[in-house]
Amino acid sequence: MYRYDEFDAQFVAERVAQFRGQVERRLKGELTEDEFKPLRLMNGLYLQLHAYMLRIAVPYGTLSARQMRMLAHIARKYDKGYGHFTTRQNIQFNWPKLVDVPDILADLATVEMHAIQTSGNCIRNVTADHFAGAAADEIEDPRPLAEIIRQWSSLHPEFVFLPRKFKIAVGGSAHDRAALKFHDMAVEIVRNDAGAVGYRVLVGGGMGRTPYVGYTIGEFVAKEDILAFLEAVMRVYNQSGRRDNKYKARIKILANALGPEEMHRLVLREFEEIKQTGTLQVPAEELARIDAYFSAPAFEALSDAMPKGDADFENWVKTNVYPHRANGYAIATISLKPIGGVPGDATDAQMDALADLMDQYGIAEIRVSHEQNLVLPHVRKADLPAIHARLKALDLATPNAGLITDIIACPGLDYCDLANARSIPLAQELSRKFTDLKRQHDIGELKIKISGCINACGHHHAGHIGILGVDKKGVEFYQLQLGGSGAEDASIGDIMGPGFGEHEIADAVERVVELYLKERQDGERFLDTYRRIGMEPFKNVAYREQLYAAHTG
Amino acid sequence: MLTANRLVDGDVLYWKAGSWVMALADGEVFADPKAAEAALAAAQRDVTGNMVVAPYLFDVRTDAGGIKPVKEREIIRAAGPTVRLDLGKQASKATA
Repeated sequence: MYRYDEFDAQFVAERVAQFRGQVERRLKGELTEDEFKPLRLMNGLYLQLHAYMLRIAVPYGTLSARQMRMLAHIARKYDKGYGHFTTRQNIQFNWPKLVDVPDILADLATVEMHAIQTSGNCIRNVTADHFAGAAADEIEDPRPLAEIIRQWSSLHPEFVFLPRKFKIAVGGSAHDRAALKFHDMAVEIVRNDAGAVGYRVLVGGGMGRTPYVGYTIGEFVAKEDILAFLEAVMRVYNQSGRRDNKYKARIKILANALGPEEMHRLVLREFEEIKQTGTLQVPAEELARIDAYFSAPAFEALSDAMPKGDADFENWVKTNVYPHRANGYAIATISLKPIGGVPGDATDAQMDALADLMDQYGIAEIRVSHEQNLVLPHVRKADLPAIHARLKALDLATPNAGLITDIIACPGLDYCDLANARSIPLAQELSRKFTDLKRQHDIGELKIKISGCINACGHHHAGHIGILGVDKKGVEFYQLQLGGSGAEDASIGDIMGPGFGEHEIADAVERVVELYLKERQDGERFLDTYRRIGMEPFKNVAYREQLYAAHTG
Repeated sequence: MLTANRLVDGDVLYWKAGSWVMALADGEVFADPKAAEAALAAAQRDVTGNMVVAPYLFDVRTDAGGIKPVKEREIIRAAGPTVRLDLGKQASKATA
């Protein structure tokens, strides 16, 4: 994985020292809260419902064992013994004290981590396919480009004060595991008819109060031109994005107001101008240098046979183990969704134990997925039974990846200052309701995503079943959306109608799922059935007569 | 009632007679909106004194059971996460 060079190390160290000084000045009263707030946000520090919250970047979701151990240390020493992995491949600590944050950042810097650009109107942590470098269907590892984008966008003087935050994702396979079409800008590695590898650039996607699926703005951008092209998009946004209204300031609003043709024309104009200067072409030797950091481990020549195990192991393999590009290897998803647990949470003990497991089995990296799980990207198939046994002992072997209990949920009103309703208790209730594994397998792939407010950190727009928490006169209600997808067949879920009460929503979801089981045709996922038969049948069973009358009468 | 966060660690505080307490149950309930606004104005002293940040007023109901915020948000803020009863004020019942 990428290692800091002297410049990176110095830059992060200076930033830690700078923030230490800012905290000291704040505590002495030399800075007011109005002056300090933008400075702390630039270092990932929020003030939430109960305490401060520190969001730490995990670039393209990749962590070493050493970094995972440091996160465990921070959870134990400065927080309350756990961390929360987010839908942006970051980790959040919910209880740090302001006085401790400079020390936390200094500790992070020793393992080449930081919290820079995890908040504010800048280019945020660049995310990538969590199977990068391992997936059997991959054209190229997306992380070298993600790293180049990270370096280019870190404190880029043109992009420090954008109209609004800006999220970029990179994928390397036709199967989209990075929700590319829901990002402000995304890059998909593609191969053209001549067999050359280049980049498809998408723009204008996003969730939040005005969700859009992004569209293609560059069909096949040459590798050496990618930064010039991305910079061209950023310049159009910086010049024309709205700064008068926070709710209309994301690039999705501009991109969809202009439309693909006009957006394309403006981007090309900037692109040609940038190209003429020649300053933004990525030199081949620099590309090679960064590529080398991400080269795959030396895979051994191993048997490709999947080892046998007990029923628990077989169930885990069925859903949590994926094909690897190398014979004899597999990708293993570590579910952070135990039945009745908090989606995305991991304790310090679990993080330490995972780091030990990585060392023991020679696994150099672990990944954070945008679905709030962890991934071991290069596992010898022969090691899977022993790894499964260790994970089981750590309560990390729930065999539910991609199933109905693998629920994404934002922190919601249990932690978040912006939330209108709780997300986690609903995820827990649904998880318990569908505990039976046989039933989960029968239901098949079904992605439930829950957000506690319209900002959509829980990706509810992209859920096969999406749930949005709303506030009605101080009471929590939940709106149901059906038919969303964050994959290559991206779509925004349709709103069913009036919200359900806290004690109604889980049963309504169950009725929707039962109708799917009744109506599905051979091989159809929930999403396929919904797309075939539409909202009305689901609406009828979800509300039932009396519930509908209560809400509308 | 009047609440704020303590600057140094972000902990939730409640106003009581010109000072701050840790528990909602120990806080001051203003029956008179003018008194509440006056307390909010007085709290600016602790904002400029770098003791608290972001003070604001919120609605509560009182009965024999004690003080209960009207909004779910303030109920959770006063107690802690409903999914982790071992965390937040509900874990310690701390007082100032």
